[in-house]
Order: sequence, then structure tokens, then C-alpha cells
Amino acid sequence: LFRATLMTLAALILALIAFFFVYLINKAQPALSHQGFFSFLFTNDWNPSKEVFGAWPLVVGTLITAAIALVIGVPIAVATALFITELAPRRVRQPLVVLVELLAAVPSVVYGLWGIFVLIPKLKPASQWFADTFDFLPFVGGNVAGPNYFIAGLILAIMILPIVSAISREVISTVPPDLKEASLALGATRWEMIRMAVLPYSRAGITGAAMLGLGRAIGETIAVTLVIGNSPTIGKQIFDQGYTLAAVIANEFGEAANDKVHAGALFAAGLVLFVLTLLINAAARGLVRRAENKGTKVKAVPGGTVA
Amino acid sequence: MSATTALAPLTGRRRTTDKVMRGVLAVATLIALIPLVLVIYYLLKKGLGAWSWDFFTTDPTGNFLGDQGGVKSALLGTIEMVLLASLIAIPIGWGVGLYLVEFGRKGRFAATVRYFVDVMTGVPSIVFGLFVYVTLVLGGWGGSSFAGWKGSVALALLMLPVVTRSAEVVLLLVPDGLREAALALGTPRWRVTMKVVLPTALPGLITGSLLAVARAAGETAPLLFTATIVNGTTFNLGDRMNSLPVQIFTDVGSPNDQLVQRAWGAALALVCLILLTTLVARLASRRSRLS
Repeated sequence: LFRATLMTLAALILALIAFFFVYLINKAQPALSHQGFFSFLFTNDWNPSKEVFGAWPLVVGTLITAAIALVIGVPIAVATALFITELAPRRVRQPLVVLVELLAAVPSVVYGLWGIFVLIPKLKPASQWFADTFDFLPFVGGNVAGPNYFIAGLILAIMILPIVSAISREVISTVPPDLKEASLALGATRWEMIRMAVLPYSRAGITGAAMLGLGRAIGETIAVTLVIGNSPTIGKQIFDQGYTLAAVIANEFGEAANDKVHAGALFAAGLVLFVLTLLINAAARGLVRRAENKGTKVKAVPGGTVA
Repeated sequence: MSATTALAPLTGRRRTTDKVMRGVLAVATLIALIPLVLVIYYLLKKGLGAWSWDFFTTDPTGNFLGDQGGVKSALLGTIEMVLLASLIAIPIGWGVGLYLVEFGRKGRFAATVRYFVDVMTGVPSIVFGLFVYVTLVLGGWGGSSFAGWKGSVALALLMLPVVTRSAEVVLLLVPDGLREAALALGTPRWRVTMKVVLPTALPGLITGSLLAVARAAGETAPLLFTATIVNGTTFNLGDRMNSLPVQIFTDVGSPNDQLVQRAWGAALALVCLILLTTLVARLASRRSRLS
């Protein structure tokens, strides 16, 4: 009986996810039948007052900010993981781990607050200089808007850093010491040991960690809502204002409460987010798990325990 | 693979590359910590100024002009909702964790559950909020539309996978020898679990759960749709309920300097609350005999 009770609880989780899915589809129906599924995803026109719901600018905004976050965040996160596991003196390792994890303790809304009142004004001159100097690059140049894709991506980079770093650290620590010692014994320098023994071995796991970061970046709402400018158009460059799927839900749900189609469009946006993050996470977890099982022993992954 | 080609003699160039790359990794770690320092610096600089006795003991007034009041209702609301969320999520999470470790080490069903729990940790918090909104709020459960307990349900959903996952990790650390010893004495399985496994793992379980609590306390998106925002303090979880994150989110968007000031103060209070919970969590794990 005890076993059955616990099993029911476990089954409850599966049922919940299935229920989520069905319910969101059901509620998104008015908008999807109004607009058509593909038209919802790929039309570049979001105008609730005219009952036009083409979510393409939101999809693009979500992808751009997430991409910026990954480009900035992942290399730094992996570097910190390598530094902490391979290079740092033993005494400072634990404090460094704690400090990096503190980044995850700061709530999203606080990052948003800091982004609006500190980051945006302080970074504006620098961004403008960058846009003017490097305007030959694609997607750079023109006037820098206050809130923009880049700022949102930067904040997301900070927010995904702890989880990407933590999981990379887990994966890197499963690299067999034999491999590392062998390469050092062959006369490799520390860096060569990292490049030739550690990185190839943990590549799949680090990819998985980056994808988990991607999942986070796509779904992050409040901080992004505060710093992206909330303009439902596709910006021409990275310092333009934009919008994301998550932000549109947070902003418009109030006015949409009495409009079935508008509300449905927001549920559909939620559905897209849900499915997207589900797929990304499923793939990422698979990668991380395989990478860790490759190590000597099956290690427990403290998945989202901290972040 | 390059490992099969012989390394060049340890020339100056290889030495330099090594030094440079080590430096790059160290610098990157420092860069990673810059935002932390900056956030804390600005929180203290702008937030402390907002703190006063009145700040914690008055409700927001909601006046258009003039005195805006403090954050009492938001602070209490956050605590109430997070407590209720913990009451929901922690027993279920521990239960599922127990199932996975005690009965589901092998087997398809357990593997599926484990996988989906992992995947669920990555579902955006706003999706949980949306889900509770469409089911409980629009459904008008319990007579009202927005309510504190609905906010708690959203937070509980968010906490559930985190609690489960950390419980599983800790329970796996309980030595099999202990279980076998108890079973060999003729103790039924459920008693072994309740009297041997749970007590042994308790400090670790508490740590994991408190970390989940800390995470939930800072969440804005799920509460925005479920408990919304009000001015007054209430202890009735069936009413709309204020919370620190939502209060901050609303204040930030306003053009009133006083409100922005309050947002900084509230943000500092929220971060302190979260850090305090995290600290207690770490202390609990100190007492653990498992490592």
C-alpha cells in the first residue's frame, strides 16, 4: 500500500504534464482557429486591437535574445567551470562555487530592476559607440534604443551562467583522472591537458549544459519584459527594441482577460514556449545524462537544485 | 585525434599559450562575478535608503500622489504564499523522491518519471502561472478569481521538480547497508523507509527543499496571473494577495520616483529573505552525516 501511494504521487507528475498540454491546447484553440497555426507562428504582425495575432516578431525576439545570451554566457560559464575544477587553488574552489551560485539566488525581477535603472543608462554610450564604430557588421549600427535586444541578452547571459557553469562542472568532474594524469605525464601543459583530455571528453555534456541554459533563456520572463522595450516589431539591429513570447504574456494578459481570441493567442504563445523548452530540455538532459554515465560511476545530477 | 600526434618540445610558444589560456580562464571567472558585485552594490546603495520602520510596517497606499506607503502586505503575502506552496510541494516531492529511490531504481515507469521531473525543472515559470490561471483562476475555483492559494499552487508546481530531484539525490546517498540491516531484522519496507531512510536523509532533504523555497520566493511570473496585486495586508489565502516580486515589478513600471525607490528597498528585502533561506539551508546540510 505504501508503495502504491508513492507510485501514485509519481504518476501524478506524468499526469500533470499531460494535463498541462491538453489544457493549454484547448485554451489556445480560439486564437489558433481564428488565425491558423502557421499563420500564428510566422506572420509578422502582432496587433491585438485589430485581432491580428502573428507571433513571428515575438518568436524572433525570443531567439535573438537567447542567442545573445548563449554567445556571451556559455563561454564564460564553461571557463569558470574549468577554472574552478582544474586550475583554482583548492582553498578558493568552494568559495568560488558559492559565489557563482549566488548569481542564481538573485530573483529575475531584481535583475530587471537593475537592468532598467543601472545597466541601460550606463551602457547606452558604450553601445552607441560600438554601433557607430562597427556599423559595417551585420545587425549593428544606427541609433541605440534604451531598452534593446542586447541588454536583454546580456541579462539573460548573467542569469543562465550559474546553471551552465554548475552542470559543466559536474560533467568536467567526471573526466577520469587517469586521462588527465596521462596527458600531464606525456608532458602536456595544463592548458593542453584541458584542451586535449578534458574538453573532448566532456564536450557532449557541456553541449547539454548550454542547451539547458538555452531553455532558461527562452522562458525567462520578468527580467526580459523590463528591459526589452516591448515593441512587437522585428528590430533591424541588436540595439533595437523588441518583444519576446514570454514578455507578451506577462504584459497583455490583463487586457486580454475578457477577449477569448486575444487570451487564446497568449495561451498559444505559452504553448509554443512550453513545447520549445520541453524539447530543448529533453534533448539536453539526454546529453548530460549520457555524458555523466560515461564516467566511472553513475553520478547523481543535482539538476536544478540550485538554479 | 590530436592526442595521438606527438607533442612538440616544450617550447616558449607552448609555455606562453598555457600561461595566456590560464589567464583567460581566470579573467573569465572574474568577469562572471562582476554582475554579482554590481547588483549587490546597487541594491545596498539604493535599497538601504528606502528602509525605515515605516517601510516594513505600512501597506502600500495606492495613492496617486503623496505618501506611497511601505511593503508590509507584500512581505507578509510572500511569506504566506511560499509557506503554503512548501506545504504542498515538499510532501509530494519527497514522496516521489522516495518512490524513485526505494522502489524505482530500475523499471520503465520510474525512468520515465525521472526523465520528466528533469524536464519539468526547465519549464519556464510563466508557463506554470499561465496554467494555474487557465485552470483555477478562469475556472473560478473556490468562489473567487484571483487568490493567494492559487499563487501558492503555481509556486508549488514550480518547486515540485526541484524538491523531487534534490530529494532523490540525497536519498541515493543513504547507504544500502542501513536498509538491508533493517530489512534483515524483519522490519516491513514502509517502516524501513519511514524510520531509517527518512531520518538519515533528513538534513539533506531539508537543504534541498529550502533551496527550492528560496527559488520560489523570488518568482514573479507565476504570481502575476494568480494572486495579482493589492494594497492591503490579508491573512485570508482566498483573497487576492500582494507579494514582494509582483510589487517590485509593478513599482518599476511606474513613473513615480517614490515607487522606484520603494522597488529598490523591496528588492533588497527580497534578496535578504532569499539569502537567509539559502543560509539556513546550508547550515542544515552541515549537520548531515551523509556526504
